[in-house]
Amino acid sequence: MIRLEQLDRIFQVGDQQVHALRDVNLRIDKGEYLSLMGPSGSGKSTLLNIIGLLDRPSSGRYLLDGRDVTALSDEQQAQVRREKIGFVFQFFHLIARLSAQQNVEVPMVLGGLPPAERARRARELLERYGLGNRAHHRPEQLSGGQRQRVAIARATVMQPGVLLADEPTGNLDRASGQEVIGLLEALHEQGTTLIVVTHDPALGQRAHRRLRLVDGSIDQDVRT
Amino acid sequence: MRALDVVGFAWGSLRGYPGRTVLIGIAMAIGVGAVVVLTALGEGARGYVVNQFASLGTNLLIVFPGRTETGGAAPGMFVGQTPRDLTLEDALALARSPLITRVAPLTVGSALVSYGGRSREAPVLGTTAEWLAIRHMEMATGHFLPAGDPRAAASVCVIGAKVRDELFGAENAVGKWVRIGDRRYRVIGVIASGGVNLGFNTDELVMVPVASAQALFNIQSLLRVLVEARTRDEIEAAKRHTEDVLRTRHEGELDVTVVTQDAVLATFDRILRALTLAVGGIAGISLAVAGILIMNVMLIAVSQRRQEIGLLKAVGATRRQIRAVFLAEAMVLAVLGALAGLVLGYAGSFLIRQLYPMLPALAPAWAVAAALLTALSTSVVFTLLPARRAARLDPVLALSRR
Repeated sequence: MIRLEQLDRIFQVGDQQVHALRDVNLRIDKGEYLSLMGPSGSGKSTLLNIIGLLDRPSSGRYLLDGRDVTALSDEQQAQVRREKIGFVFQFFHLIARLSAQQNVEVPMVLGGLPPAERARRARELLERYGLGNRAHHRPEQLSGGQRQRVAIARATVMQPGVLLADEPTGNLDRASGQEVIGLLEALHEQGTTLIVVTHDPALGQRAHRRLRLVDGSIDQDVRT
Repeated sequence: MRALDVVGFAWGSLRGYPGRTVLIGIAMAIGVGAVVVLTALGEGARGYVVNQFASLGTNLLIVFPGRTETGGAAPGMFVGQTPRDLTLEDALALARSPLITRVAPLTVGSALVSYGGRSREAPVLGTTAEWLAIRHMEMATGHFLPAGDPRAAASVCVIGAKVRDELFGAENAVGKWVRIGDRRYRVIGVIASGGVNLGFNTDELVMVPVASAQALFNIQSLLRVLVEARTRDEIEAAKRHTEDVLRTRHEGELDVTVVTQDAVLATFDRILRALTLAVGGIAGISLAVAGILIMNVMLIAVSQRRQEIGLLKAVGATRRQIRAVFLAEAMVLAVLGALAGLVLGYAGSFLIRQLYPMLPALAPAWAVAAALLTALSTSVVFTLLPARRAARLDPVLALSRR
């Protein structure tokens, strides 16, 4: 469960202060499927980054599973990112020199899991996402859709409760995009909280709860 | 993160940029190789000199007349001069000591040596039969100077290989009479060629009994007396004894200087060791340069791999882990470079030993250890800054750049 209370995020650009987020109050329950939409610069990516602990709010509180995570040390935040949060990016961000399987293993390597278990879990996940025969291919040998599925495998291999996707289909053709959406929604069905940032109204409409940000504030919060 | 995984990850990124890795490895290898080769050369030179002296016998004392000391300014006083000669009788007195096995007096002059129509100016050494054993010399043919009363001025001589070639050509020299100065001597032996002895090239020498040389050059004094102590351990006792004997014989005044071969050897040893150290230090500078190169490359690597660092942070890497990965990368690089440098260095020293067999060129263990340690520590120290920069990278910014 995610709770944001009076969240502000202010960037200093030159001698100007830019309010990326102002007074955001939000409660996201376990297992929700939520889309974040809004024009460019409305703060949706900033909000996602704060939820993913990649960024810190300038003021306000962020409670994840009842624990205030903004005050945690670097070490503790890294652990939260590793175990509770999965990131899916528009540009995949796979490490080019590593094979698909090795990319999936990265969070487990950071977590200090034994090699045999890492390999088993990575293989299993790739298999389930239809990439069983691509485990030893490097990212450049994979199609966009395949790359994003590897990235999703990497994001889910630690079985996080929250999956954050920043324009997950933004760099894919329609067919691959649909595959990726199908995969993300399947994960949601299994109980993962899914938060998707997107420009694409069609994708945004699929979510059960749709948030619209304008100038750093929540403008609309619609549930179906 | 497991230690093995850190190294594995570092190795993976090194392999990901092979050109860069190889270049830095070469820089490191040259640094380490230079230290190994140069210190090997220094050690080789030291070994060469020490061996030369050791072959002359380390239980040797050299007595020479005169003593460097500060005299008073009182009127009528001689300042630092020697009033008495070192004589053959002094040398014979030393030979009676139980601590001393052999004594060889030495007097030197230069004279025209001629046979038939040919003649040649040559240094003439006057000594006794003991010389051969003390200086570890060997004869090519014939005999060395005869043992017997050193006061007897026998008309015999021993000549060096070059003197024989020049004067006799292909003819057999032993048994022939040569003229040295205004006297005639019978050649009784030829010294084996190839030695350098106390600064004289033995090939160009002529040696006669000490009494004959004194008569030939009309002198009573000796240039040196070589004294061989019974064992190396007794060398200090023998030195003191020698001084006592000569003081007594010289009316209570110690007007000779006695040096041990060991002292000379130790001085050379110290000088050459200092030289090796200096040369090694200079080579060490190239290691520091390699360290700076590593820093440069690592800084570039950090900015090249911003995305990767951002991603690692997003999937749960701590600052410490990111630092560790970059430090491990530098360390793996340093170790590989240093190992290549060792191979290079040892190959270089091997080559030197092949080309100059008399130089025992082998890097001392301390130099090798120092080179490896310097290589490793410079690369780590110079990577601290880039690693810190990587660890502090803002993940949002790092990921947003494409």
